[in-house]
Amino acid sequence: MSIIATVKSKKVVDYKKQRQREKNITIITFTCIPLVLLILFSFIPLGSMFYYGLTSWNGTAPNKEFVGFQNYVTIFTKPEYFEVFKVSIYYFVGSFVQLALALYFATILTSGVRYQNLFKGFLFFPYLINGVAIGFIFLYCLKQGGTLDIILTKIGLGSLIQKWLGNAKIINYSMAGVSIWRYMGNNLIMFIGAIQSISDEIYEAAELDGASRWQQFKYIIMPSIKRIVQLNLLLAINGALAVFEIPYVMLQGANGSKTFVIQTIETAFQFKKVGLGSAMGIVLLMIVVVIAIIQNVFFKEEEAEMYD
Amino acid sequence: MKLKKVLSLALGVTMAMTTFVGCGSNAKSNETSSKMAEGAAEGKESVDIKDMNPEDVTGEINFITHRTDLTDTLIQEYITEFNKEYPNVKVNVEGITNYQDDIKVRMSTTEYGDVLMLPDVNKNEYSNFFLPLGTVDELSQSYRDVQGKSFEGDVYGIASMLTAPGVLYNKKVFEAAGITDIPKTPDEFLAAMQKIKDNTDAIPYYTNYVAQWTLTQWEANRCAYGDPKVLINMSHDNAPFAQGTVHYEIYKLMYDLVKQGLVEDDPMSTDWESSKQMIADGQIATMVLGEWAVSQVKALAANPDDIGYMPFPITAPDGKQYAEIASDFAYCINKNTKCPEAALAFLWWMVEKSGYAQHEDGIPTQIDADYPEALKTFEDAGVQFISVTPAPAGEEDLFDNIDNGSEVGTWQPKWKLTMVEAALGNRSETYDEICNQMNADWAASRAELKKKNN
Repeated sequence: MSIIATVKSKKVVDYKKQRQREKNITIITFTCIPLVLLILFSFIPLGSMFYYGLTSWNGTAPNKEFVGFQNYVTIFTKPEYFEVFKVSIYYFVGSFVQLALALYFATILTSGVRYQNLFKGFLFFPYLINGVAIGFIFLYCLKQGGTLDIILTKIGLGSLIQKWLGNAKIINYSMAGVSIWRYMGNNLIMFIGAIQSISDEIYEAAELDGASRWQQFKYIIMPSIKRIVQLNLLLAINGALAVFEIPYVMLQGANGSKTFVIQTIETAFQFKKVGLGSAMGIVLLMIVVVIAIIQNVFFKEEEAEMYD
Repeated sequence: MKLKKVLSLALGVTMAMTTFVGCGSNAKSNETSSKMAEGAAEGKESVDIKDMNPEDVTGEINFITHRTDLTDTLIQEYITEFNKEYPNVKVNVEGITNYQDDIKVRMSTTEYGDVLMLPDVNKNEYSNFFLPLGTVDELSQSYRDVQGKSFEGDVYGIASMLTAPGVLYNKKVFEAAGITDIPKTPDEFLAAMQKIKDNTDAIPYYTNYVAQWTLTQWEANRCAYGDPKVLINMSHDNAPFAQGTVHYEIYKLMYDLVKQGLVEDDPMSTDWESSKQMIADGQIATMVLGEWAVSQVKALAANPDDIGYMPFPITAPDGKQYAEIASDFAYCINKNTKCPEAALAFLWWMVEKSGYAQHEDGIPTQIDADYPEALKTFEDAGVQFISVTPAPAGEEDLFDNIDNGSEVGTWQPKWKLTMVEAALGNRSETYDEICNQMNADWAASRAELKKKNN
């Protein structure tokens, strides 16, 4: 008996070990490909970019002269490199409009209107279009005598026509508008997902208690999707700092629409300062990381408050 | 079954081809390649491909060009012609739209074609990337502007053609506006543009602001004051954009055209592709462009004779007009090419026998060839053609280093965009303030370079 028992228990241990081993193999094989890709296309380039940022490399020369943190000193002492962050403010403010619109449409589209999937499709569609294509679409839409001007004239609002790209006071509003049009669908889908995860029973109870639509939004929807709103806000800040495609494709950053990323490209490739350009890339990365950390700390504090 | 047979046949053929496709020149192969290597190492001598029997040159080469519009048409015709002479060389063509930027990225590998267009890398880096084609002394006897593409006496690029800068204009619009004489000074040009604005529906001058590179075409007139040493002098000057300099005068004209409303209503809505059609149709009167644009616009015009090309409207203080002859893109050969003989054969064939310059209304690279018809107005006006003097030994990269270091970028759109924006009233700076800022940046960059070299 006892012999059999020990054999059995040994077998069980063996099975367990084998299982653990198999599990490990599965985990390793499944994670190794994404890890290799991550290292190959994110960390190695990041490492070499950091290295280039410490040199005065011009992009083609075989020797890369080491200059230490000189490039960073240049970035932080010459106002023209930092000034362009002003343009990001337009996109940042625009992202609030974008979130508000997304929330508005998400609330409507989850309240059981007819053809909601069709509308969802329409609103999400711009997010699927390639950014370069969007740049071209709006270049022709916003230029003088373009689609927008034609439509305004047709509906009798010809007096409102402006030089949407030609007026330096308007151009960044135009571009931020394009950005809202493009990214709103993405926020919308996230909000819809969050709202749909709220149980129907809560709505029913609220309705029985005679809560209005506005009250339902304020006391049921908003608290439940707070997290998603915060996440979107974080994404919006990062997005505003790293705006690139729309102003670059449309005007290559001309007429005051230049953003930090466009400035980086211009520095690195037009003026052959790849070293300085790499340092600018690292600076942008650092700013984004700092914002993410602040946001995280903020989240954690709130969580702690919730449990108090 | 049939499919399988075809497949195996195809496979066999490909395998056979890969076995046989190699480079060389049969008997001479070893001798020439060692001579090649020697020449490259010494940087003095290179193989004279013209002495070889064309049938002995074999191999497969890739030709990378910036003319994406011609890869399926004209260049294919050239290859067919080339193969009549060199039947054993296979040429593949690849076009790159954003040539200057993309080719430089590819040059960090060894795969950047066999024959390509010389990108704007620093001259002291030429030998890291390209094969020397001969010495300046030897090649300058038969070809134009070899010095511009050389370093320490070795030539690395041969121009596909050369161009003279000027103004593209529609003769019909000039006639309709009552302009009889070709303007020779900025004031005359402004007056002529005013006439066009008053008397016709055409846009007097089209900035092509959105395309950006179009604004850099103005820079080609840097020798308009007849000073071939303009670049050398700028390298030793702290204020090369001060009032009275050629740069100040050139861009003052650009600024004044915009300021006086002699351009399109909204420069930020311009479109390069349609501008060519518009000037061909007489909706635009003038554009400052290189000579290469003449043939492109003529091809679009109902009556090609309506399109004219005139000297840039600046008269030097000595009362004469000057135009700088400069090379367009130059052909060069990848240092890592596996088929140097085939690449050389193709390069020299393109330079000497393709007729590309004539096709493009450009100035042929050969010294003894005639100027194109498009430059007739220049000769009639008594314009003197000059070429810019290359920097003395040791200073080959000085100008470029100051230019990039200061981020003034004489060939970059940055400040030209600023000038148009300021002239439109989108910025508060005046023209003189912009020039002062450029001078300050230039001087700072010079000081920094001096500090570094000491």
